[in-house]
Amino acid sequence: MSDKTQIPAPRSWMFRAWDSDVAYSFRTSPVAIVAGAVSLLIILLAVLAPWIAPHNPYDPSSLNLMDGFTPPMEPNAFTGNVYWLGTDNQGRDIFSTLLYGARISLFVGFAAVLFAMVLGISAGLAAGYRGGWVDSLLMRVADVQLSFPSILIALLIFGVARGFIPPAYRETMAIWVLIVAIGLSDWVQYARVVRGATMVEKNKEYVQAARVIGAHPLKILVRHILPNVMGPVLVIATIGLALAIIAEATLSFLGVGVPPTQPSLGTLIRIGQQYLFSGEWWILLFPSLTLLALALAVNLLGDWLRDALNPRLR
Amino acid sequence: MLAFIIRRVLQSVLVMLVVALVSFSLFRFVGDPISSMVGQEASIADRAALRDALGLNDPFLIQFARFVGDAVQGNFGISYRLQQPVMELIMSRLPATLELALVSGIVAFIFGVGFGVYTALRRKGWASNTIMTVSLIGVSLPTFLIGVLLIWVFAVELQWLPSFGRGEVVSVGSWWRTGFLTHSGRLSLILPAITLGLYQMTLIMRLVRAEMLEVLRTDYIKFARARGLTNRAVHFGHALKNTMVPVITITGLQLGSIIAFAIITETVFQWPGVGALFINSVRFVDVPVMAAYLMLIALIFVVINLIVDLLYYAVDPRLRVDRAKTRH
Amino acid sequence: MSMTIRMKSLRLSLMAGVAAAAMAFAAVPTEAETLRWARVADALTLDPHSQNEGPTSTLLHHIYETLVSRATDGSLEPRLATEWYIHEDDPTIWVVKLREGVTFHNGNAFTADDVVFSLERVRHESSGFRALHSAVTGAEAIDDHTVHIQMSGPSPLYVQNLTNFFIMDSDWAAENDVEVPQNFAAGEENYAVRNTNGTGPYTLVERDPEVRTVLSLNEDHWGDTPQVTEIIYTPISEAATRVAALLSGEVDLVQDVPVQDIARLEQTDGVSVTTGPENRNIFFSYDMTSETLASANVDDNPFAKPEVREAMALAVDREAIRQVVMRGQSQPSAAPLPPFVNGWTEEMHEFSAPDIERASQLIRDAGYENGFSVDMHCPNDRYLNDEAICQAVVGMLGRIGMNVNLVSQTRSLHFPLIENWDTDFYLLGWGVPTFDSAYVFDFLVHTREGAYGSFNGSRYSNPDLDAKIEALATMTDLEERDALIAEIWDEVMEDRVFLNIHNQLLAYATRSGVNVEVHPENQPHMANVTFD
Repeated sequence: MSDKTQIPAPRSWMFRAWDSDVAYSFRTSPVAIVAGAVSLLIILLAVLAPWIAPHNPYDPSSLNLMDGFTPPMEPNAFTGNVYWLGTDNQGRDIFSTLLYGARISLFVGFAAVLFAMVLGISAGLAAGYRGGWVDSLLMRVADVQLSFPSILIALLIFGVARGFIPPAYRETMAIWVLIVAIGLSDWVQYARVVRGATMVEKNKEYVQAARVIGAHPLKILVRHILPNVMGPVLVIATIGLALAIIAEATLSFLGVGVPPTQPSLGTLIRIGQQYLFSGEWWILLFPSLTLLALALAVNLLGDWLRDALNPRLR
Repeated sequence: MLAFIIRRVLQSVLVMLVVALVSFSLFRFVGDPISSMVGQEASIADRAALRDALGLNDPFLIQFARFVGDAVQGNFGISYRLQQPVMELIMSRLPATLELALVSGIVAFIFGVGFGVYTALRRKGWASNTIMTVSLIGVSLPTFLIGVLLIWVFAVELQWLPSFGRGEVVSVGSWWRTGFLTHSGRLSLILPAITLGLYQMTLIMRLVRAEMLEVLRTDYIKFARARGLTNRAVHFGHALKNTMVPVITITGLQLGSIIAFAIITETVFQWPGVGALFINSVRFVDVPVMAAYLMLIALIFVVINLIVDLLYYAVDPRLRVDRAKTRH
Repeated sequence: MSMTIRMKSLRLSLMAGVAAAAMAFAAVPTEAETLRWARVADALTLDPHSQNEGPTSTLLHHIYETLVSRATDGSLEPRLATEWYIHEDDPTIWVVKLREGVTFHNGNAFTADDVVFSLERVRHESSGFRALHSAVTGAEAIDDHTVHIQMSGPSPLYVQNLTNFFIMDSDWAAENDVEVPQNFAAGEENYAVRNTNGTGPYTLVERDPEVRTVLSLNEDHWGDTPQVTEIIYTPISEAATRVAALLSGEVDLVQDVPVQDIARLEQTDGVSVTTGPENRNIFFSYDMTSETLASANVDDNPFAKPEVREAMALAVDREAIRQVVMRGQSQPSAAPLPPFVNGWTEEMHEFSAPDIERASQLIRDAGYENGFSVDMHCPNDRYLNDEAICQAVVGMLGRIGMNVNLVSQTRSLHFPLIENWDTDFYLLGWGVPTFDSAYVFDFLVHTREGAYGSFNGSRYSNPDLDAKIEALATMTDLEERDALIAEIWDEVMEDRVFLNIHNQLLAYATRSGVNVEVHPENQPHMANVTFD
């Protein structure tokens, strides 16, 4: 190959991506485009929250309690302040709180999925590649995990964490505990898929060949087997993200979750739920809509990805 | 065969013990039962005396051994909160949870399979897309919010259905109280069953759809078509039948998650089942009830797993204990 | 044979079920005499001496009776006792004259022996009410309707401790082997947990714990016949569901109404709301004694400095909390004492207006140029909007340079922190069942030792004050005693042992046409409910 053909390599990579089947399927699916746009928008707003949000809901000293329960677009009866989406029971601007809340929910969601993925993929690779007692043990643990209610697992992990983390760090650690709790209740799916695929791949000629020439097992796993299982893993991860965000909300209803001074979308819904009959509809409506839009968009993306990555369905 | 069964039963017992040990070791972090049990006037000495009397000062392993020793004899002690034998409490609440789980499971299964088949056969239609999207709303909102919204619409605004409880119940046999036999009992089931079943329905629907799409591509179906069978016979006689094994397996294994979500549904609807009992026990740190509940859940899943394993063994000895293929 | 009986009972309950369902969904209200009553939690037990806990005592007041009871204005009313006074010759003896012609539900006559027995039972070590009777050394039946209660010393206010002291039938207790309350160590259920035999205006018909309890009128009761002849009591733990049940007409009376729903319910057709003050103050307290604080980022104890405590009092805007967090449903005050309690004065509701500037200056004067940070512990399921109050206070303190980290958790995790001195700064609510200031001093102000100071999380210790508090217990000259109470309050307020927020208000919501009065102890009695 000559030098000339090598120069536009990045462009050709982009072309290749653009022309790939998955991208084609995306471009031709209006649902995927809308879902992608909504997800991206919410993620962007969440990431940029500190720069976009008109108020900082995490700074309690900046709040004026008298601003509480201001309806959307109407001046507060005492302070005269106007807020786009109104304020909650602490006088927090709902719009700002939503951005920050989405940030927490997305962080918990992504981190929990990542945690579950790393754990599940490692376990799946180990079980599938080594087989024998490693496989038996891991799959037995997975059995226990799969059938044992995930909410209970999360509740129990919260209990343990409370015992081991010194009181002074509990609030700051709460979010990490949530991530571990949700992640731990979700790793089995990855492990099962990866294990199955690994068992198939490890007997293929190219893997056998790599083995024969003495490649390190870890290298074989990462180089050859992992890329082949990433498709289904990605699908599970997308759906898992939506599930993790909802799981966080559910846990907050049961009283375990992030502190109310730094609310997630779930915490906001739990708080808003108290105002269903009292007339302050905006405290419940906006967080619920945001969560719905986010989870729905991510789920639809997952759906689309599942179909797009499955060549037999095209 | 016998050796296999013995091995699996022994494994199950071991799992039960691990669950007991783990859950038991966690109770100390849930809170202090004493402060819930005594009035605010109780002196520090009185509190210490009660703690002693309950054996809470004993080393952890001794407490655990005592718990296992009693549990083996079916004695889970007396609830700290309601002062009744724990087994009796759980048994009196179990029918409510099982009836709710059963109804929502059936509803989820029927609608899940129905919608799943429809969306698989009409993959591109607008109705399919609507069903797929709307069903996702069920998994895109937390259960507790769906429950509260249903109460608001159907109990408060429309006043069609009750907002809480199980309605009138009727005793059948010595301890089972059912809500199936009364009008109010059946009405009361509707909202909680929908709340609890929505998530499972979406899951089953997607699974059926995916399996159907896979099966419809197989040569076996092509042959069936080539043989000139009607669409109906192909779709329902052959394709659906083939998707049912994994669907039923997954549905069965989902029982654990139905029971878990029942905790929330029962709390929202004041449904007098074991889930609500568990949550109230956690709030009170009612250790005997919490321990017994977790053991019950563990027992249920161990039994389900055991049955599934034995069935697989009976159906196909080659599979042995490896049933990953059908479990996805 | 047993089969036919079962069939019959099945058919009977079927019919009852259909009838009940028809009633529940009829547009017209149910027959006036049945009252469907919902509140947040169920009674834990029906044993009258086992659990000293609000919902338990409230339900038991309908089945069992006490010697004296608390009227809705906080005063003592005769019930099974007609007269009570301190013995003329011996200030350590309380004389109680009993009502005549009273019978238990099983027909047994109520006599002095039952009172002596019940007093024995309530003082047993497995009784939850034991501490209220710690000054009693014994009791004696002088005749069928006179009891002498022997105290360890003069106890002029002991009768105030009797408002939740239920009288049990001694013969029934002996027959059913329930002479002592539930003993957990024994591992057996006590017969009295589910079976009752009181003298009250209602008898137990059906009990399914945490589901439904049905009481019906006791025709042989000594008092006036109440309008409510049947009570169906259902606990509904979720606030939204509870309110929904009232709005949909499934219950007639909701006892625990969330404050945010009051205004809306008042405007709803067919629903009325009654509010009134509760005997419960909500306040913060802090470790003002230790050398250092576990959670603070400074190497001394800021709460030990009077300037800091004053600054906090100036930073908190109680009026804003009342208006926004409590939706107007609270009485802001400076001292943790509800208005009906002996020792309460008008001045206790006076506090200086918030002054952020001065408060910030005080924090700087105390040596915290850059402020300081500390953890605050708060329950999130115990008091009205407890978590929201804490959140609001965190914001207010933030404005004077205090960076407060809020830890809010369930009650079973929160209260042990105070009992074990594991918190630097916490929220607590305190009711005063004896309606006397001494109860506040005993538990919250006195140095923690013996039966004293079990909820003194401030570690406050003032030997001079301790002596005065102990003296209160035996003083018989009430005027002199009241003066001493005022003196103690002055010192407690001077030292700022508490950062008081408000006294809670209670709200009961009913179907229109059902009249109920708010009870300061949150123990409404359905015999007093009337229908229009």
